[in-house]
Amino acid sequence: MNRYMKQAYYTALGFVGTHDDALDLSQEAFVRAYRAIGRFDVRKKFFTWYYRILRNLCLNALRDRKRREIPLGLTEDTGGGSSDGGEGAAALENKLDRDELHRKVWDALWKLDVEDRELIVARDILDTSYEMLAALMDCPVGTVMSRLYHARRRLKDVFTGRKA
Amino acid sequence: MLLEKALSGALLAEERKEFERLLQSRPDIRAEWESVNSLQEVTSAMRFKKAPEETWDQYWAGVYSRMERGIAWLLISVGAVVLLALAAYEAVLSFVETPDIPLAVKLATGALVAGLAVLIVSIAREKWSMRKSDKYREVVR
Repeated sequence: MNRYMKQAYYTALGFVGTHDDALDLSQEAFVRAYRAIGRFDVRKKFFTWYYRILRNLCLNALRDRKRREIPLGLTEDTGGGSSDGGEGAAALENKLDRDELHRKVWDALWKLDVEDRELIVARDILDTSYEMLAALMDCPVGTVMSRLYHARRRLKDVFTGRKA
Repeated sequence: MLLEKALSGALLAEERKEFERLLQSRPDIRAEWESVNSLQEVTSAMRFKKAPEETWDQYWAGVYSRMERGIAWLLISVGAVVLLALAAYEAVLSFVETPDIPLAVKLATGALVAGLAVLIVSIAREKWSMRKSDKYREVVR
């Protein structure tokens, strides 16, 4: 089960955006999964089943939130490149620009519908494969790709200010 | 699907030709794909901040304590229900056996309690059967 712990936490983090909520919801989902273990089909992957429990919990938590606030400082840059060493004014400036860009993109992600954000976060930030996404969403890989591209288009529209 | 596959760099030779044909014939799609591609490069470079190491050390302890609390609440609930049922039984017995209370009051009270019990059971059964047959129960509004 240890291998699912981090995956569960970061998946929840992608939905709710705060450390405390992600920890709380991912742990609660394990408790609910344990209670409902009799309904688990052993021929399927555990995480696929667990994901649905976690997803419902996260969506409920988001729905219960009064304000649609954007969690701050959630992402960090690990993108490589010369600025990672943090030496030199140009490198620092480059990193600051990149952090600012990431913050803006993160804000735009939070303006999307949760379904769109779920896909982009899972694919790009969490490096989930298309095949795994298809299993999690219970749909063909082609459908995942199509939904993902539409989600990216909507992100672009929000990012460029075409849609608030 | 083709456009997303191109973003992931997984196009096969034949698909790549089709993709290039598409971009050549549709400048609007080309422009859109290029900006989506730029944004995808940014999102792919983003990573979540790592959780503090102690998060993982204490993770399962948190799950187990939730389970323990769940068991505790279950036991408390079972105990409370049994005690309340016994208290209710004793109260009814003493009410029925008290000679000072007129028979009409006893019958009326009995009817009132029976009516409430039937109502509660009926509502509970309706909720239970709806929950079992509701095909949209997994859908979160």
